[in-house]
Amino acid sequence: MIEPPEEVTPERPGGDGRTPLVELDGVSKYYGNIRALEGVSLEVHAGEITCVLGDNGAGKSTLIKIVSGLHRHDGGDLRIEGESTALASPREALDRGIATVYQDLAVVPLMPVWRNFFLGSEPTRGKGPFRRLDTALMRETTRGELRRMGIDLRDVDQPIGTLSGGERQCVAIARAVYFGAKVLVLDEPTAALGVKQSGVVLKYVAAARDAGLGVVLITHNPHHAYLVGNRFVLLKRGVMAGSHLKDEIALDELTRQMAGGSELEELSHELERAPVPGHLGGHPSD
Amino acid sequence: MTATAPSVRPPAGGPGGDERLLRSSPLRKLLGRPELGSVVGALAVFLFFALVADSFLRASSLATVLYAASTIGIMAVPVSLLMIGGEFDLSAGVMVTSSALLSSMFSYQMTANVWVGVGVSLVATVGIAAFNGFMLTVTKLPSFIITLGTFLMLTGLNLGFTKLIDGTVSTKTIGDMWGFHSAHEVFASTWTVGGMDLKVTILWWLLMVAVATWILLRTRFGNWIFAAGGSAEAARAVGVPVKRTKILLYMGVGFGAWVTGQNLLFSFDAVQSGEGVGNELIYIIAAVIGGCLITGGYGSAIGSAVGALIFGMTNKGIVFAEWNPDWFKFFVGAMLLLATLLNAWVRKRAEASRS
Repeated sequence: MIEPPEEVTPERPGGDGRTPLVELDGVSKYYGNIRALEGVSLEVHAGEITCVLGDNGAGKSTLIKIVSGLHRHDGGDLRIEGESTALASPREALDRGIATVYQDLAVVPLMPVWRNFFLGSEPTRGKGPFRRLDTALMRETTRGELRRMGIDLRDVDQPIGTLSGGERQCVAIARAVYFGAKVLVLDEPTAALGVKQSGVVLKYVAAARDAGLGVVLITHNPHHAYLVGNRFVLLKRGVMAGSHLKDEIALDELTRQMAGGSELEELSHELERAPVPGHLGGHPSD
Repeated sequence: MTATAPSVRPPAGGPGGDERLLRSSPLRKLLGRPELGSVVGALAVFLFFALVADSFLRASSLATVLYAASTIGIMAVPVSLLMIGGEFDLSAGVMVTSSALLSSMFSYQMTANVWVGVGVSLVATVGIAAFNGFMLTVTKLPSFIITLGTFLMLTGLNLGFTKLIDGTVSTKTIGDMWGFHSAHEVFASTWTVGGMDLKVTILWWLLMVAVATWILLRTRFGNWIFAAGGSAEAARAVGVPVKRTKILLYMGVGFGAWVTGQNLLFSFDAVQSGEGVGNELIYIIAAVIGGCLITGGYGSAIGSAVGALIFGMTNKGIVFAEWNPDWFKFFVGAMLLLATLLNAWVRKRAEASRS
């Protein structure tokens, strides 16, 4: 039941013929009689960022859960490096090189940065009862990997909770990169962040891309998506509302489509007419 | 994506660096240690009793204080690890008594070497503790409820079984049985070191603090303890076996209860079946005074030892000062409040997001 809206160009150029790291082909997911996702297709290539855009309830979370192995899809085809597959668990997704960074689940706030970095995959040295954490290696690696991503921490011993939201996201991204992820799925990394912090996070997303990873960036912010994205998939009420390469679409058009075209125009008219309350001074804050 | 050279402290605002670099001082770092509050408190309590109680500084008095601290401390260690892992054990106090009763009654009824009873008691006590952990992870109910249930059941079993088997509220003496002497040596002997008569429990205590500190700070399991208590969801998401971690922590409490229980038994030769009620709170308070967060994810084994030491000093210090022992509870309450306030402040500092 794929019904491409008029703006969509269904036959997108397949890049330079490479096999995508991850490819969704008409993927659907139903929860009982609820259609969470239907006929969604997207490609993730190495060194590229595929943005998934949509408003609340558009099916972004469901898409993430399928790609990260939390849920199995009901219809369509999920291909990892060309091989048709269904992921059974997050562990399996990780083993196949797909790492997901969730907005809140990323880190343990009270633990030092370096302990967080290696949590669940701690390197050890020594044998038997003297098997112990290789703390020097852990600290050094954390420092080095973060520096590679452009974060220079004075002290990797500080609790990760003392870092800003953006920096915490970045640590989680650096961790995924270090542990050999080929595909990075980012769940709303810039939601709940200020403008400056968002910029910082996007920089690291771009750094991960430059390191050769394929990135899936889930967001409801077309401005952030357009800054870094190569491909844009728009979701609306569980179906694809558009799929574009960057050179096919301008930011204005992307924003318009995402907000539902005419709805946004109407909103913009309403807002333009609204008088600016004097006590606000009329200047945009933040 | 070029790697910036590891230059010395890039100036604020430099590539990758930021204004944060100015923030921290060694003092702040020291304040960040979980044990700090308790160490300051311990020094204050020590000075206080050294001044008000003339006999406090005598070697024999200090040995008494250390013995009192060690019997609390042996349990405070696993209880604090459990608390760092995000859970409570309200059954810890009576579990000590259960362990002693089991050991004593099994040996007596089977007329076996007391070491057989000691062994059976170890298996059973760790088993009861594992039951706590297992129930917790299976039912996902709060540990407060699960262990409150175990607490009441054990209290009843202790009294009921002792009366059923021995006819009174205390067990029969096992002082003349095979193996009593060697077991007494291991769990309750006294060593004279430099004029001080030190109980062997102090050795057990120090050993447990050392092992627990090693586990916490230098092993993968230690990392998982912090993570399980700090954010179980985040830990699970990166593959930490949170359930297994928590069950093992409960088993640790069982081990501590076994050691303390055997000390209780072999210090004398019989056990009162009603003992231990209320001690679970003392262990928890020692852990909290030592810097463990009630909500989990933060604390240290050394801190719990300092907390136990504060307990020992206050408990015996009041006696040496020849005061009414009723004041003891007041001191404990005041220290608990102070410690919790300090902890809350630490947590706020650690969790404050600066975005």
